[in-house]
Amino acid sequence: MDLFIGQLFTGLSTGSILLLAALGLSLTFGQMGVINMAHGEFIMAGCYTAYVTQQVVGDAGVSLLIALPIGFLVGGIMGWVLEALLIRHLYHRPLDTLLVTFGVGLVLQQVARDVFGAPAVNVTVPEFLRGGVDLLGTTVPKTRLFIMGLAIVAVTAVTLVLRFTPAGRRIRAVVGNRDLAETAGISSRTVDAGTFFIGSGLAGVAGVALTLIGSTSPTTGQSYLVDAFLVVVAGGLGRIKGAVVAAIALGTFQAVFETYSTASLAKVGVFVVIVVFLQLRPQGLFTLRTRSLA
Amino acid sequence: MLICKNIEVDFDGFKAVNGVDLTLDRGEVHFLIGPNGAGKTTLVDAVTGLAKYSGSVVKDGEELRGKKVHHIARKGIGRTFQTATVFEDLTVAQNLDIAAGAGRSPWALLRRRKHLPANVVETMDRIGLGKEADTPAGILAHGQKQWLEIGMLLVGDADVLLLDEPIAGMGHEERDTTGRLLHDIAADRAVAVVEHDMDFMRAFADRVTVLHAGAVLASGSVDEVSGDPRVQAVYLGTATDEKEPADAATA
Amino acid sequence: MRNFFATRLGTWTGFAAAALVLFGLAPLVLSGFRLGLLAQFTCYAIVAVGIGLAWGRGGMLTLGQGVFFGMGAYLMAMHLKMADAEFRNGPGAVPDFMELAGIRELPAYWAPFSSPVFTIAAILVLPTAFAVVLGLAVFKRRVKGAYFAILSQALAGAFAILLIGQQSLGGFNGLSRFRYFFGYNLDDPVNQQMLYFIAAGVLLVVVAIALQLRRSRYGELLVAVRDAEERVRFLGYDAANIKVVAYATAALFASVAGAIFVPVVGIISPASIGIVPSIMFILGVAIGGRASLVGPVVGALAVAWAQTALSEQFPSAWTYAQGLLFILVIALLPGGIASVAALTKRFQRTPAPVEAAA
Repeated sequence: MDLFIGQLFTGLSTGSILLLAALGLSLTFGQMGVINMAHGEFIMAGCYTAYVTQQVVGDAGVSLLIALPIGFLVGGIMGWVLEALLIRHLYHRPLDTLLVTFGVGLVLQQVARDVFGAPAVNVTVPEFLRGGVDLLGTTVPKTRLFIMGLAIVAVTAVTLVLRFTPAGRRIRAVVGNRDLAETAGISSRTVDAGTFFIGSGLAGVAGVALTLIGSTSPTTGQSYLVDAFLVVVAGGLGRIKGAVVAAIALGTFQAVFETYSTASLAKVGVFVVIVVFLQLRPQGLFTLRTRSLA
Repeated sequence: MLICKNIEVDFDGFKAVNGVDLTLDRGEVHFLIGPNGAGKTTLVDAVTGLAKYSGSVVKDGEELRGKKVHHIARKGIGRTFQTATVFEDLTVAQNLDIAAGAGRSPWALLRRRKHLPANVVETMDRIGLGKEADTPAGILAHGQKQWLEIGMLLVGDADVLLLDEPIAGMGHEERDTTGRLLHDIAADRAVAVVEHDMDFMRAFADRVTVLHAGAVLASGSVDEVSGDPRVQAVYLGTATDEKEPADAATA
Repeated sequence: MRNFFATRLGTWTGFAAAALVLFGLAPLVLSGFRLGLLAQFTCYAIVAVGIGLAWGRGGMLTLGQGVFFGMGAYLMAMHLKMADAEFRNGPGAVPDFMELAGIRELPAYWAPFSSPVFTIAAILVLPTAFAVVLGLAVFKRRVKGAYFAILSQALAGAFAILLIGQQSLGGFNGLSRFRYFFGYNLDDPVNQQMLYFIAAGVLLVVVAIALQLRRSRYGELLVAVRDAEERVRFLGYDAANIKVVAYATAALFASVAGAIFVPVVGIISPASIGIVPSIMFILGVAIGGRASLVGPVVGALAVAWAQTALSEQFPSAWTYAQGLLFILVIALLPGGIASVAALTKRFQRTPAPVEAAA
């Protein structure tokens, strides 16, 4: 029983990390069908934001709280610039966008390497997040609880924004039917820029949070990116709900698989599960119905 | 030739097509008309295997429901799309050659084409593209692309043609040419045309079926259908009674 | 020009010229060391021809060619290690790296690789069969475009991680230090040159296969699937099978390239087949021209040469250059260098016959 709860918890925790990394992708990939390979580097930028903030502020607790909104801004602005400079001009060429943004990611990694050096840096975990909490018979690190909490907050915030604000309604309209939304007077350009800002900002937030459980190096973001994409693929395009379910499912699967085998086999297992899953539901967990052929 | 019985297509609880019976006969140009959202394209999607449905579609005594898109196409059912879909990077001849070759063996596919098949040459003339054999399809005029797409169904030996708005965006002359082409090819085939253009329908329809809210409202010759008060009501926008189309379908 | 190379005579002329450069000129002007480098680059070029077929002609952006490259490489490396061990300690001996890792018993799956015939068959069949199975699973379900790209990338990641975990395949360090190649001493410069000739010969064969596929009806069909897959399906073809053929052919090319790479370079490790090396295969293809026949070859050779020349002296600048090349070439010149020639030609030709179509 303890083992089961322990695994469930590890699964939820791994899942919320995946979810934080994938939430922004789900927005940008979902809305525009654009694969932003630089999303991982936006996460990395969030990590370094946390690091720099701590160097400046000093106090670990205060700097974490400051770094979260700054990380959002840093990621958001980078995304907004990327959308305006490159992605906007490459619509209808989704595969090319993937490769172009991979190039952007390479450049950003090298910038990080030149500025912060190749070796990993560490962020001090604030006092109030050290140690663990006893929960249902197992000890859970506070940092993991914090990340879970953050994931819940992020998902709730995104859901509320999408559902109840005018901007959110516009985003949903464009996701549902781009042409129709344009006919209805919604500028899909503005909406795209906004979506990219929010989605990339979430990557920044994810980066700040990830410094609590690991060290930061120029390639930090890359290591999360593929898993995050798998979450989006399995979750279905443009669906936050799908991303949540897929992240938790994949996180739990990975956690359980790891206990009975090895971490490396778990990665292969995840891949196999996704290919099998796509046999059953080729369009992901929850799909939007549209009348288009593709 | 093609017999559809009680077709129902369900989109998450919304019945886009709700119990349609339709028979297409050889030698007839059969128009499917109806307001937006009446289920015309969805019906074509169902017959060609793109949309899941209940009911039955039988061609030459064989049930087609549950077969894959490319298997249905091999049974001689060809369709076009609202926006003409041709292979833009390939020439007109290459487009038609591909369409003519669905039955080729892998070995034949791996070799170079020595000559154009006779039916490809013949069809190019028939659809008015005899001089464009080596023109990339991407630079053809709008109407020519639509003819090319019809030509692709002809060389593929389709004997049931489902054409989705074949004259969209065409000028007067092109429309007439298309209409005559449709009659010409219907001589030994069944041709169904989804269309909004009433003048075109009046000029070239042998038979008309009116769809409304996913059901058949009326079916018959042009005169019979245009005289039908229910059809007039639908087109004048006064028919709001939900029960009416269902009654009509059984009539 | 272009018309000439499209004729039978032109084709033979092109191949003859390429053979003259590869077999005649290169060994004359290049030192043994540089010829070895060219052999290595040629392996990348062989992979690139396959990517050109799958991506340029078939529209399948395969970000996981490292998997097939790695399969071919590891299969060959296993045979070479086995042969070395047998040469030193007799049949059934354990390769040196296993002794160091404390593995006394030869793992069962290694045993068949003492046979050269089995090894070569495995290099040709295993990766291709794997690509067919995976391709059928993916393409039959109409997983395509970005989804396929991501899956292929995830596959590369999973494969590299899987290899790192296998101590009986050298783990993180991979397999290295090969002494003999089918009985020939790899330290002998003559045999190194022979390896280069093998690589160059395979490149010509691979280009010839790709050329035949492009000019055949299948090649036209592949382009049709790339541009309008649903239309092809509605004409009565199973589009998935058409894609699988190109995907599996690309996998075969990559596997053969990997198998030659191992004796040429002398090491294969997970680091050279993971996500990043896999996507780097794409760069040369994009620069040379993804849809052209020779473009990927030229691009791959150029990128590999630039990497060797620049990356050690200016590691930082080279990474920026790679990133910027991805951005600039793909955003501004999606047809690669090959399209520059085509563009100028079209520009010269426009006035005459094309007007008739309007």
